[in-house]
Amino acid sequence: MTETLRPRSPKEVEDAVQWALAKTRPLEIIGNASKRALGRPAQTDLTLDLSALHGVIFYEPEELVLSAGAATPLHDIDAMLAEKGQHLAFEPMDYGQLLSGVSNRGTIGGMLAANLAGPRRLTAGAARDHFLGFSGVSGRGETFKSGGRVVKNVTGYDLCKLMAGSWGTLAALTTVTVKTLPRPETQTTVLIVGLDDATAVRAMTAAMATSCDVSGAAHLPAAVAGRIHLGEALGAGRSLTLLRLEGVAPSVAHRKAALTAAMKPFGEVQGSDDILSRNFWRAIRDVMPFAAARGTAERPVWRIVTTPTRGAELARAIDPAGAAEVLYDWAGGLLWVMLPPSDDAGAAIVRRAVAACSGQAMLVRAPPAVRAAVDVFEPPDEGLAALMRRVKHGFDPQGVLNPGRIWASL
Amino acid sequence: MALTMPEPDQAVLARRARIAATLSAIVPGEGVIASERAMRPYESDGLTAYRSLPMVVVLPSTTDQVARVLAYCYREGIKVVPRGAGTSLSGGALPLADGVLLGMAKFNRIREIDYDNRVVVAEPGVTNLAVTQAVEHAGYYYAPDPSSQIACTIGGNVAENSGGVHCLKYGMTTNNVLGCEIVLMSGEVVRIGGKHADAGGYDLLGVITGSEGLLGVVTEVTVRILRKPECARAVLIGFATSEDAGKCVGRIISAGIIPGGMEMMDRPAIHAAEQFVHAGYPLDVEALLIVELDGPRPEVDHLVLRVETIAKECRALSCKTSESEEQRLLFWAGRKAAFPAVGRISPDYYCMDGTIPRAKLPQVLTRIRELSRRYRLRVANVFHAGDGNLHPLILYDANEVGELERAEAFGADILRLCVEVGGVLTGEHGVGVEKRDLMPAMFDALDLAQQQRLKCAFDDKGLLNPGKVFPTLHRCAELGRMHVHAGKVAFPDLPRF
Repeated sequence: MTETLRPRSPKEVEDAVQWALAKTRPLEIIGNASKRALGRPAQTDLTLDLSALHGVIFYEPEELVLSAGAATPLHDIDAMLAEKGQHLAFEPMDYGQLLSGVSNRGTIGGMLAANLAGPRRLTAGAARDHFLGFSGVSGRGETFKSGGRVVKNVTGYDLCKLMAGSWGTLAALTTVTVKTLPRPETQTTVLIVGLDDATAVRAMTAAMATSCDVSGAAHLPAAVAGRIHLGEALGAGRSLTLLRLEGVAPSVAHRKAALTAAMKPFGEVQGSDDILSRNFWRAIRDVMPFAAARGTAERPVWRIVTTPTRGAELARAIDPAGAAEVLYDWAGGLLWVMLPPSDDAGAAIVRRAVAACSGQAMLVRAPPAVRAAVDVFEPPDEGLAALMRRVKHGFDPQGVLNPGRIWASL
Repeated sequence: MALTMPEPDQAVLARRARIAATLSAIVPGEGVIASERAMRPYESDGLTAYRSLPMVVVLPSTTDQVARVLAYCYREGIKVVPRGAGTSLSGGALPLADGVLLGMAKFNRIREIDYDNRVVVAEPGVTNLAVTQAVEHAGYYYAPDPSSQIACTIGGNVAENSGGVHCLKYGMTTNNVLGCEIVLMSGEVVRIGGKHADAGGYDLLGVITGSEGLLGVVTEVTVRILRKPECARAVLIGFATSEDAGKCVGRIISAGIIPGGMEMMDRPAIHAAEQFVHAGYPLDVEALLIVELDGPRPEVDHLVLRVETIAKECRALSCKTSESEEQRLLFWAGRKAAFPAVGRISPDYYCMDGTIPRAKLPQVLTRIRELSRRYRLRVANVFHAGDGNLHPLILYDANEVGELERAEAFGADILRLCVEVGGVLTGEHGVGVEKRDLMPAMFDALDLAQQQRLKCAFDDKGLLNPGKVFPTLHRCAELGRMHVHAGKVAFPDLPRF
């Protein structure tokens, strides 16, 4: 039976970790458990539930900064920022649709621990790039902090980067501070209809080479586009390549004209209004075509990051027969790949293709038994793996924080 | 000088000749410098108040040589200080008397330019500006632009996480690096990331960037390049008070505008710069703001109007917008020459680098003026206003007995003040040796111990650039010890299940 510790303050988190150390009881760390189905399953029967550490500590829009308890729901933060015309520019995705068919944005701490990003990663980076400071409890049961509340800071090692994407294996974050940015006033999407994958990647590359400041570049092959409703007359059984432009209205209009002209040689170009554009990018951000509610829950989904120009080649290497479905984002640099069910969720073939094309793959959706049996995250070469183990040892020598959540050995 | 460096290891110094000979075998030809005269140029970096001759200088030109030099030093217990162009303003490349100075200047080639993936792969000794120069004919540039960009190297930029006037909009080095090859102190070569986003696993690239040469030696860097904006215009705004200028900065950002650059100067800095380059700065103002807007022409023109309106609402005394590229560059010329301009009105100056929450600016400037009176030293302030990075320039004369010490004490007070108001000790120059002993103003013992444990993962013998960043050196074995308070924990009383 799983037991749960529910500390009510950062000091009690320290007490809880100290207690776990004394009893040699490893901890699974959760905020609201939205990412439990993601990553390698926790190998513990004791849960450290940080949900009581919620609430915004300060939000200063003029200073572009927000500080909050690690378990503050992202939903609340979004609403608060929207009121001041701001947002988290890196567009953190919602894994809920993909994993369970229901929106579940989780907490700000979980967002950072998983280093979330969205389509705007192209120009705005990921959670790591907006993470200014934190305080947390290491696996040594010690409260420590790093960073601060200002953007420009090189005082000491940048431990925020290390915490971002560490899946709670180095410290239990208690308080976090992030950068906020103004929300673009308006947006539009330029669409190219009917391109095959390789041509689409070339079109996206060409779009990124213009000075149009494209802030989203995605491609939905016909079958993938057909899985979601993107509006009347669009798609109609054909593939869609989408390019997003954001900013002040006169600028967006100017760039839309320039980008439309630049994309003409690739195929039929259409435009979209602001609302439609927002809907597109929300769907792409959350990988809606592969949402669990659409009767695809049994099919494994991979998230593959690669050199953008090699996106289509990588997809072909994984699936020469066409049994997979692929959604391209980041101008070809991010592939969401949905495969037919199999014992290893396609791990062998995916890993081989990625090794040949560069990049790294994460198994996002698969039954817990599969996620425990195959590597969920890309296994690093031995030198890097050893270095990462030494890093882990420095923060959590007894392995009490989320042991095995990334790799069995971490 | 109050600075204490690690005690030189006499046993290592006694073997100096043999060490130089071994290094010459690894890096043949002119790769090793051991004569006092030839080593003289390496005795300090941009923080010239501190000097020390290294034991020996080695200038490798391949990753394999770096790996063999480090593996040898690791085996023999010899300290190593890496150096790019030596432009650090915090003493990050200050040599150690018993250490090898590892100069990376020969790594000066750009290995690959990949426009389609918008990246450049460069050796660490390539200068920051050379990266931009290699791609500007095709309409691209590398965004981080520290003032030393003509000389400073991309490897040094990674070590220091360098910024520049454009990082408000385009980020610091850490936001623009995708991959690197590094050599650990043991001689092991590791490659992290590449041309794709997210290297996978722990973000080691993120901690190596800004690690001040304490974690590894960078031998290759992959950076993002950006498309040059269609156009840029600068707005020059004068204010009667720094409060008004500060308010204007806040209002611009609140209006949803993130300018390409937003710089502020105070009266002494304005006057020094104007005398030096005749940029046309107003001389009857207390604060001057340069707001640069870049992007497509219609966007820039639209935002210029908005900024001009905000400036008026914030009681600007003057407001002038560049109408040509020449005029824009002239507006910047004064700001870019601010440091040398101050150098003309004082025999020496000491450049500080704290960051503060922007709203605290008037309060901090008032306190700096009080400190200036107390220390009897003049000060000019240059400020990356958009991101709160303050560069007070303390004017002194090194030939006057006690003035340098007074300038340093004044500088330390300014940095403590930055931390006190919620800011940090250094925004872009690094801790180095300069701010090392101030680290406890920002971090407690547990914070510093945790950072040093990270170093242990990379350098278990503490041989790479020791004496920098951390005020107290601890052995890794000591840092690794656990203190479990078994039995004294109150937690079982808390609500469970």
